[in-house]
Amino acid sequence: MPSLVGSHTRRQQMQPTQNNQHPSRRHRWHLAEALPWVIAVGAYFVFPDYLAFGTQILITIIFAISLDLILGYAGIVTLGHAAYFGTGAYAAGMLSAHLGWNEPISGLVLAGTAAAVMGWISGLVLLRYRGLALIMLTLATAILLYELANTFEDITGGFDGLLGIHISPLLGKFDNDLWGHNYYWYTLTVLVIVFLAARRVVFSPFGRSLIGIRDNVQRMHAIGTPVYRRLVTIYTISAGLAGIAGGLFAQSNAFVTLDVLGFARSGTILVILILGGTGRLYGAFVGAVVYMVVEDELTKLSPEFWEFGVGLVLVLVVLFARRGLLGFITDMNELMHKARS
Amino acid sequence: MSSQADQLRLNNVYAGYDATVILKDVTLRIGHGEAVSIIGRNGVGKSTLLKTILGQTTLHDGAIYIGNTDITACATYRRVWHGLGYIPQEREIFPSLSVQENLTVVSNYRQRISVSRIYELFPLLYERRSHMGNQLSGGEQQMLAIGRALLGNPSVLLMDEPSEGLAPVIVDELQSTMRTLREQESLAIILVEQNSRVALDFAERCIVMNRGQIVRDGPSVELRSNVELLDRLVGIDIASDTQGLE
Repeated sequence: MPSLVGSHTRRQQMQPTQNNQHPSRRHRWHLAEALPWVIAVGAYFVFPDYLAFGTQILITIIFAISLDLILGYAGIVTLGHAAYFGTGAYAAGMLSAHLGWNEPISGLVLAGTAAAVMGWISGLVLLRYRGLALIMLTLATAILLYELANTFEDITGGFDGLLGIHISPLLGKFDNDLWGHNYYWYTLTVLVIVFLAARRVVFSPFGRSLIGIRDNVQRMHAIGTPVYRRLVTIYTISAGLAGIAGGLFAQSNAFVTLDVLGFARSGTILVILILGGTGRLYGAFVGAVVYMVVEDELTKLSPEFWEFGVGLVLVLVVLFARRGLLGFITDMNELMHKARS
Repeated sequence: MSSQADQLRLNNVYAGYDATVILKDVTLRIGHGEAVSIIGRNGVGKSTLLKTILGQTTLHDGAIYIGNTDITACATYRRVWHGLGYIPQEREIFPSLSVQENLTVVSNYRQRISVSRIYELFPLLYERRSHMGNQLSGGEQQMLAIGRALLGNPSVLLMDEPSEGLAPVIVDELQSTMRTLREQESLAIILVEQNSRVALDFAERCIVMNRGQIVRDGPSVELRSNVELLDRLVGIDIASDTQGLE
């Protein structure tokens, strides 16, 4: 069998670089990946008075991971991801308020399922479009759901919000206490499961094909990939994860208002992910923590002008760290590595 | 209906981009395991012909068959499932994926050729399997593009100017590998090529195109031995490529 052995001088000239790791090695866990989890566990002991806030950060991370799957990996730009967060939140809330389904874990699974179904149905229509049309249609979907929730106020509570949510203690033992001790662990456990699932998806051949679709959709068609089907699949998974984040939000706050479906929530999660870095999964962690901590601190400093500070941080990131904070850190590391070698 | 002996058949195809018609009344038959090269001046519709077979242009009239299957109305990915493989002129390797990942993203439900078989054919790719797509040389990218197309389990391989930008020694090696593949896998190959030397050397049958139409379809050897005819059909620049063959 003739083969291209490639005994060219160019072959010797090519030196392996930092990125030249075998795929299986790229998927292997790195020591640095322990850092966010160590911080998350450590935060419980270091900031015992801020656990309710910590729970909200963890929920936001789950929501941002769900967005990263479609934006960072499949290249689907959306301004309406809150539609699925809100669907999950209302599903978990209404299960308790109207049906008396107060068991939190099964409630959360149903919230994720409801959002996934919503994602699948809307994805079948939305993903036939690309570019500006898709962005506008995602925005319209979220607005539509917002108005639906507002119209059916008998069921959703409308502007007044959904009352009467009474979530049972976790595993029959751990109640949602005022300081959020139990719900911090509950949310962190869900985050671990969501993260492991998302990691598994993105490093599978299916996940790699999403990157191919993002990079060159025509080429993916030409190698026999059913692009539309794959996009609908990842959109459904992403919506399901967003629904889980929404369900956790409803359960931890025992209250749901229309803002879970609002444009502000869709916009904020997009900003958080871009701030942290897209297509990395861990960008969701960095973006959520930085954004929410900066927002919290600035609100304390100036309740009127905190948005100016948040805006300034974003401008700096866009100017000096276009691949997000995580991308900036990676670039700096590589520069230092090159300088040393 | 397609003839039993035909692997690919185009019947009176008119195609182009939106309202613009480039290909006019193209009829073509490719047999099992047959290699055909297509030559012609720039802009005569050679690449458009390949894209039309793949379903990436606007078909105005005509029909396309793979074997006995009418694929005229099929989407591109379904044509690939029916047995088309396409190697584009720009190679279009995914830069964010490694060599291994560039190969494993291919959907292959009827796997006949495995990734390890591709590495057997192109050992250099195995050495480079962890390199990212944008870290490969032109030759390596071409091997990867061929390997990726083969993983789709094609019965007809469409190659758009594979020699472009490659050193002659690499082009010769690629040709040799493609010949072997053709023999072992009964692969029909359509090669669009600007370099007449490569085109006439690779395939026994050569099609000349002009202004979106097939103006000559015959044995390559006739053109190889008749530079004047070649000059008349495709122009002096291209004909001069073949002088080394005589």
